[in-house]
Amino acid sequence: MSHGLSPARVLEVDPLIDDPKTRIVVCCGAGGVGKTTTAAALGLRAAERGRKVVVLTIDPARRLAQSMGIDSLDNVPRRVKGVEGGGELHAMMLDMKRTFDEIVEAHADRERAAAILANPFYQSLSAGFAGTQEYMAMEKLGQLRSRDEWDLIVVDTPPSRSALDFLDAPKRLGSFLDGRLIRLLTAPAKLGGRAGMKFLNVGMSMMTGTLGKLLGSQLLKDVQTFVAAMDTTFGGFRTRADATYQLLQAPGTAFLVVAAPERDALREAAYFVERLAAEDMPLAGLVLNRVHGSGAAQLSAERALAAAENLEEPRIVDQEDGKAGLRNSPDTYGSSDHPDHPDRPDRPDRPDAEGPIGHIGPAEGRAGRHVERHVEGSPTATDSDPTADRSAPTVQQLTAGLLRLHADRMQLLSREQRTRDRFTARHPEVAVTEVAALPGDVHDLAGLRNIGNRLATQQPELPTVPATSGVSGTSSASGTSGDG
Amino acid sequence: MSRFQVVSGKGGTGKTTVAAALALALATEGKRTLLVEVEGRQGIAQLFETEVLPYEERKIAVAPGGGEVFALAIDPEQALLDYLQMFYKLGSAGRALKKLGAIDFATTVAPGIRDVLLTGKACEAVRRKDKSGRFAYDHVVMDAPPTGRITRFLNVNDEVAGLAKIGPIHNQAQAVMRVLKSPETAVHLVTLLEEMPVQETADGIAELRAAKLPVGRIIVNMVRPEVLDEAELELVRAAPRTGLARSLSAAGLGGARRGGNAEKLVDPLLAQAEEYAERYALEHEQRAVLGELGLSLHELPLFNEGMDLARLYALANELRKQRVS
Repeated sequence: MSHGLSPARVLEVDPLIDDPKTRIVVCCGAGGVGKTTTAAALGLRAAERGRKVVVLTIDPARRLAQSMGIDSLDNVPRRVKGVEGGGELHAMMLDMKRTFDEIVEAHADRERAAAILANPFYQSLSAGFAGTQEYMAMEKLGQLRSRDEWDLIVVDTPPSRSALDFLDAPKRLGSFLDGRLIRLLTAPAKLGGRAGMKFLNVGMSMMTGTLGKLLGSQLLKDVQTFVAAMDTTFGGFRTRADATYQLLQAPGTAFLVVAAPERDALREAAYFVERLAAEDMPLAGLVLNRVHGSGAAQLSAERALAAAENLEEPRIVDQEDGKAGLRNSPDTYGSSDHPDHPDRPDRPDRPDAEGPIGHIGPAEGRAGRHVERHVEGSPTATDSDPTADRSAPTVQQLTAGLLRLHADRMQLLSREQRTRDRFTARHPEVAVTEVAALPGDVHDLAGLRNIGNRLATQQPELPTVPATSGVSGTSSASGTSGDG
Repeated sequence: MSRFQVVSGKGGTGKTTVAAALALALATEGKRTLLVEVEGRQGIAQLFETEVLPYEERKIAVAPGGGEVFALAIDPEQALLDYLQMFYKLGSAGRALKKLGAIDFATTVAPGIRDVLLTGKACEAVRRKDKSGRFAYDHVVMDAPPTGRITRFLNVNDEVAGLAKIGPIHNQAQAVMRVLKSPETAVHLVTLLEEMPVQETADGIAELRAAKLPVGRIIVNMVRPEVLDEAELELVRAAPRTGLARSLSAAGLGGARRGGNAEKLVDPLLAQAEEYAERYALEHEQRAVLGELGLSLHELPLFNEGMDLARLYALANELRKQRVS
């Protein structure tokens, strides 16, 4: 379990969000690691520390929007109520079609805009096909930034195939929209009348003929009309895409890579760190969400399991062999051990028809305990659930259970450590902040505030020293957490 | 049993793992399955500990009883070039289109074309027959995009069909849609016993149903073992500190007196139990929510040590036991 790595650099969140020079924080990472929640918690914290903040979310879960007191976020920043301190928090959700429409309306005269908005190709393009969401997220970011109304913009990134899509998509769409293909598609219409261009035209119509075969001539015509109508705004698209890209490289921007201590998420994070470096984009650090800790890290999984067995075994032996007593303990705590305990709540039946399945791992020991309990408990048990017992558990059984629970926790913890260390070994330059896993979801501002505190607390959740030397003050985290 | 099984789920729920386990489970007793990846992540290669998958069907595993699992990472660009070659014998013109940015356009920007190519390729594998007229694969399992995008991904053929009212893309889309909306297809959703994934699963099912796409099963992944039951949790609430200290001491973990090693374990262990209790209650709630969705529910265990090939086979075995395959 011990590992000789020095602790990773600590990411200090407060100085980052307090710094008036920090104007944009981009949260990126694989899906399901808590990106959106991190963005919201960070925005709230910055606001409560006095800044005027807007959080741009891409696809928030309903609960997250509700946690900010906003039932449905839309394309306009809405002020979040209940923020303490001198700052302001506004939140919005990207509506990519609306954003696209706005660009068109801003760049074309009314008649032309109407023609574009009614074009079937435009309608499909703007309704959210590959790349549009990423492009519009960056477009919206550029818009918010240019309004200069906010001290700080915290932006979440779309749940893409790859965390990097939002870097690439704007360029791709931009270069498509004023690229060679578009010129080719529009060329026949424009060049048709010029005699000198006839030779060129033959080649082109052959090409468009091929495209027509591929896409269907009607779709091609839609694209051509769309392109013709968009003609004046093309330059705009490319320029805007370039401007947004430069904005991401600017000194006021900080990237936070969000990950969970899992192999895939951290692999994606490492990939992202490398990519940001290659693009000269400023990385502030890694937010490692859902990390598990333990207040009893001095007790290893192995010892905990051995101790649990030690507590359970003698009983079975006792029942089967008639050997008396417990080997190590004078304690019996028999008072709570009465069979047919009237207050014992029944185990709730599982709602799934299939029933519980076998679990693999340290919980195997349960079987032993149940054997014991059935002997102890009432033989009249007619419960349909075979694991139900009729007696209240003894403190001794509980102790064994707690030890098994701890062994589970320590196994999880050491896996998370290994995964994290693999990342920090590869990227020792990246500052890290760890956020403990929470048992439930965030439901309100208090929940977001709690996450903000954990983000800013510099105490690592995972021990960075051999477990035997003890870990003090690490917040003990709970089992699972759920946010997106 | 549907021949085309699509596996979706919220990010982080382990849908790639479940898709792979399902492909293994379906490949028993001499059957052949094809496991298809569409997002260019190379998740299958990582899971099966093999080299990066090319755009080519390749055998990656043998299932118990002599079955075989093949894998294919569909690359939309390659799929489009293949398609052009097949229908138009384009050869060098295809390369010219590529140079021009047309291929990039068609596979990354153009509305839905990318998705038609991906689902189209998978459906082709579903329908493919060998010389003797038997299906080339008994089952095709797709590691599909996440729940939030699955309906649009599968339904995109409808949208393309509306956009391209005639022409080959239109025809292709129609053909693909016929397979996807038939009983040949089942869309499974992978979730965890946590609020957001469960909510997303419920929303995803409603969307799939509204689009008339066939919803299959719900697979709850990474279910933690029940270590403490209700009665034990009740006892935790009574927090019998002295008793626990003595019990820990009896188990050989040090002194039970105040400040002794065993005594020092009591509070952190109780704290962990309280967190467990909170999660336990939450998981029960979420299980009940899933139960109301009217689909068959299956649970797969969590492995604290992480995923590897042996555990993948264990999951496949579990799916077989639960008659998912």
